[in-house]
Amino acid sequence: MSGGVDSAVAAARAVDAGHDVTGVHLALARNPQTYRSGARGCCTIEDAHDARRAADVIGIPFYVWDMADEFHAGVVADFVAEYAAGRTPNPCLRCNEKIKFSAVLDRAVALGFDAVVTGHHARLGADGRLRRSVDLGKDQSYVLAVLTRGQLARAAFPLGDTTKAGVRAEAARRGLTVADKPDSHDICFIADGDTRGFLADRLGAVPGEIVDAATGEVLGQHAGAFAYTVGQRKGLGLTRPAPDGRPRYVLSITPVTNTVTVGPAEALEVSTVECGRPVWGSAPPGGPVECEVQLRAHGDPLPAVVEASADALVATLRRPARGVAAGQALVAYRPDPAGDVVLGSATISAARP
Amino acid sequence: MVYLDHAATTPMRPEAVEAYVTVAAATGNASSLHGPGRQARRVVEESRECIAAALGARPSEVIFTSGGTESDNLAVKGIYWPRREADARRRRVVASAVEHHAVLDAVRWLGSFAGAAVTWLPVDPAGRVPPEALAEELSAHGDEIALVTAMWANNEVGTVQPITELAALAAGQRVPFHTDAVQAIGQVPVDFGASGVAALTVTGHKLGGPMGVGALLLGRDIECMPLLHGGGQERDVRSGTLDVAGIAAFATAVGIAVKDQQEYAARVGALRDELVARVRAAVPDAVVNGHPTERLPGNAHISFPGCEGDALLLLLDAQGIACSTGSACSAGIAQPSHVLVAMGADEGRARSSLRFSLGHTSTSDDVEALAAALPPAVERARRAGAVRAGFAP
Repeated sequence: MSGGVDSAVAAARAVDAGHDVTGVHLALARNPQTYRSGARGCCTIEDAHDARRAADVIGIPFYVWDMADEFHAGVVADFVAEYAAGRTPNPCLRCNEKIKFSAVLDRAVALGFDAVVTGHHARLGADGRLRRSVDLGKDQSYVLAVLTRGQLARAAFPLGDTTKAGVRAEAARRGLTVADKPDSHDICFIADGDTRGFLADRLGAVPGEIVDAATGEVLGQHAGAFAYTVGQRKGLGLTRPAPDGRPRYVLSITPVTNTVTVGPAEALEVSTVECGRPVWGSAPPGGPVECEVQLRAHGDPLPAVVEASADALVATLRRPARGVAAGQALVAYRPDPAGDVVLGSATISAARP
Repeated sequence: MVYLDHAATTPMRPEAVEAYVTVAAATGNASSLHGPGRQARRVVEESRECIAAALGARPSEVIFTSGGTESDNLAVKGIYWPRREADARRRRVVASAVEHHAVLDAVRWLGSFAGAAVTWLPVDPAGRVPPEALAEELSAHGDEIALVTAMWANNEVGTVQPITELAALAAGQRVPFHTDAVQAIGQVPVDFGASGVAALTVTGHKLGGPMGVGALLLGRDIECMPLLHGGGQERDVRSGTLDVAGIAAFATAVGIAVKDQQEYAARVGALRDELVARVRAAVPDAVVNGHPTERLPGNAHISFPGCEGDALLLLLDAQGIACSTGSACSAGIAQPSHVLVAMGADEGRARSSLRFSLGHTSTSDDVEALAAALPPAVERARRAGAVRAGFAP
């Protein structure tokens, strides 16, 4: 229970469904003074208080579990290391994979609990298949698709059949004071929202060159390639415009040479996306699969053909996509009127035209 | 409901509830001059006399406060200032390393914001302050010491300190000595006058009185700077309208707790010994912390190797058994106890501990229920401990 409206209603629904429910709030900051006092983070003292009040109203026991060490090792250190390697990680996905449905779930199972219930917006039916929420704008199946079948077997997402507005209305009906609490958007462990500053503090200044993709010309300097993401346009700090006057975008980041390569928008277009670490919702497909793929959180689904091998996955897009960053997840969906079904997920390692 | 957390708070005695309700129904500010005011004042003064008689103090030495935390802050900060004012060399505060946070943090605050130098007195592995440690400190810094503070009995591990001996050492150097006796009253004999301490903290809700009321027993010759300024209701040392009903109930509870102390200690001490024996039988590698004999009769503080205390607490809570991890919480997160750390325990042992505290309503059924619930809980908590130890991202 984060202290937000979703997990509060999810807990209440789990109680209504007849389960013996215990509320758990995760304390994730190693130093409570740094992360937890941040007004924008999702694990402040105030959030712990809100979660406790929601548990009181629902009538369930409530505890704070200190997962700071696990969170640091599994999410924060990974986040920094991924940026240092020129990739763009998704820490919410990693938190689901390593913390909520691993460290927390394993501890809960050891203590005698059967499952972890969260307020994620996604559907998980009796068939064990993960589907998009009815609220496509709030759907979080993208950051849950990394979960294995074993993890999903001990997970419950009671909110998938309800829109966010519906959840808020239900919270108000239930007398939960978090009904109108604003959504959290920021990375919870970067309280001030300054990701670049956070990385610079940890990785230091590593100056390098910004290079034109077509000519190889050095266009400028950067203070650390980790501050850039494929597809980024703003904040490049280039003083000379392109000869044709068109905007330049980050096309790639090369950690070995510490180079940020830039070029025109169309050079961002990719049609082939290579991925590692695939996780499948059922048995891995035997041949090419027509499906839709999503390449970033809240990204549009794109028609594609996905081919699986033992430890890799290659997607061929039916029409090119822009700004595909290594480190992000590719999630493959089978369109379905009852909620698009997650077929599998993998980590993007490379993308090419 | 099996309540094994009497050291956190213990049920109000029926006589105290009755006293509270009776007085609360009456109108009157004890500072008013009219009839209802005089009636309220009479209740306050009778309560003061009752507490003084029970604790070996003079009525004028009883200063009512809002409870243990206020009394500790008043004693530590209030005695420090005039001592330093009178002699600028006296900037040193000597405190035991196992104090409750109400003393610990008040002392630290003096160090951070009032120019105090702080000496923390060590404890032995049983949690006792060796009198030699204080003697050495007094001979090294005697004329620099503003005050000494050491609790009568520890709230976590239940160890009782050699207070009379420590107080005598301080008195030998004319240094005022404060003791937090919140956990001791009604559990062990406490006589303010005979103990030789200058100031003593007591609170209502640990001995069958209400929450939010307590007292500082303060020797008449001890100068103390007020922390709360205003009407000067309590000897000009403490201001604020007196909680007449709370004071009446508090005094009633103190009277009963002290009168019953011997019988209580025998009965509850035997129950505690039974609890420890049952726990040891159920969990052979459990480690009992604190002093084997110099301890509070109701306290059993036990480490369960391989378990996390908070996991055990959750599992026992789910079985309707209320106990404590016995350590300070920061936003609900258990921190390794500074008491166990001071006693030389490693962090693992500090985190694997539970405090079971019995009280005036405890029965052998409570012990029975704990003995039944503990083995499966320990087994599960050990599995959870192994999961945490094995976490690899």
